[in-house]
Amino acid sequence: MITTDILIIGAGPTGLFTVFEAGLLKLRCHLIDALAQPGGQCSEIYPKKPIYDIPAYPEILAGDLTDNLLEQIKQFEPGFTMGERAETIEKQDDGSFIVTTNKGTKHQAPIVAIAGGLGSFEPRKPKLENLEKLEDKGVEYIIKEPELYRDKDVVIAGGGDSALDWSIFLTDVAKSVTLIHRRNEFRGALDSVEKVQELKNLGKINLITPAEVVGILGEDKVSGVVVQKKGEDAFIVDTDHFIPLFGLSPKLGPIANWGLEIEKNAIKVNNALDYQTNIPGIFAIGDVNTYPGKLKLILCGFHEATLMCQSAYKIIHPNKKYVMKYTTVGGVTGFDGTKKEAPKAVVKAID
Amino acid sequence: MSDINIKITDREGVVHEVVAPTDMAMNLMEVVRSYELAPEGTIGVCGGMAMCASCQCYVNSDHELNEVTDDEDAMLAEAFDVEDNSRLGCQIQMTPNLEGLEVTLAPES
Repeated sequence: MITTDILIIGAGPTGLFTVFEAGLLKLRCHLIDALAQPGGQCSEIYPKKPIYDIPAYPEILAGDLTDNLLEQIKQFEPGFTMGERAETIEKQDDGSFIVTTNKGTKHQAPIVAIAGGLGSFEPRKPKLENLEKLEDKGVEYIIKEPELYRDKDVVIAGGGDSALDWSIFLTDVAKSVTLIHRRNEFRGALDSVEKVQELKNLGKINLITPAEVVGILGEDKVSGVVVQKKGEDAFIVDTDHFIPLFGLSPKLGPIANWGLEIEKNAIKVNNALDYQTNIPGIFAIGDVNTYPGKLKLILCGFHEATLMCQSAYKIIHPNKKYVMKYTTVGGVTGFDGTKKEAPKAVVKAID
Repeated sequence: MSDINIKITDREGVVHEVVAPTDMAMNLMEVVRSYELAPEGTIGVCGGMAMCASCQCYVNSDHELNEVTDDEDAMLAEAFDVEDNSRLGCQIQMTPNLEGLEVTLAPES
């Protein structure tokens, strides 16, 4: 069991900055994120895009913002559970919460701060009858174990880098690889497109374009897919696996089932005070929350994180008084023993 | 002239005739959001960066639109319910030459 003072769900900019504000109050943090690396959208979707509305940064790349935030919180030694999605939450008799991830990792904390942004990034699923029924029975959205496809017939759908890369990779593993794309053009790395062309010419990839998968066959497991080419009759491709690779889409995910008050796909909070949800001890900050006048901006997330930490302190230490201090006055003392402060004036007598 | 009249058919099939300003740097997705023609959280999810396709629409009139950028093309290549006249609303800036534009919002994806 991982224990901490504030359990932060979401390692985007707001979640990361929460570690800093909590650290100033001597509160320890642990972050959970479904993505493999911290930074949320900034590092996953647009690391090379410039952001222009971060105070004191006329322009900063989203990836650099993440790097700076990680540097800023380093001395507060946050813990990370990356690549796992917060799945369930249970309130304990002592008022704390236990949050368990989809991989079974358990975390306990008196305060939970949901900084989930737009939600967890889930595979974009085509609208096909039987799709969900056959998930993990031949329908997979992420290739975790390539050996699963050894000597099997595989159909991949999609036209981006993932579809191209996995089609290439699986030609050495699977019995057959069929790649289906709605267009004749592929928008992936040039090398990958050329490699697929080469493998198609060698007969190692069965390329079907422009076409779409319009149906899946099979009861207990996938046995085939129905393919529709524009202006032609639909036909069946026998297969053991159907792997739709259409990128990721943000969804609120399991958090939506935690008993929190949800409005317009976001978590309602008390913005007059501290961004607490309808469940005491659970806060929601950043893009994941909603309240009258809400703006989904990184700088608003930073503000919300700061106020939230003050309330978290009072909940964790109900009998202690705390006076907010400026870092210019008190400096920053890290949990790693480091101390940052303004240099002291030199006092020296003049003869 | 800083306003244009456009017709937007929502996901329920209801046609809305709306007035869109051309002097506020708005795009079609933002117009749809400002008139609340689709529920919050179902349109413009990525904020207008051509990264989610939640604002996909079908352009029904023959207006000359700005060219499809690489980012938009890449997104449309992976989106669902894409037709030949599909565009991302976030990539269509409101300009005076779009007076009379007619679009239909694509199904939620």
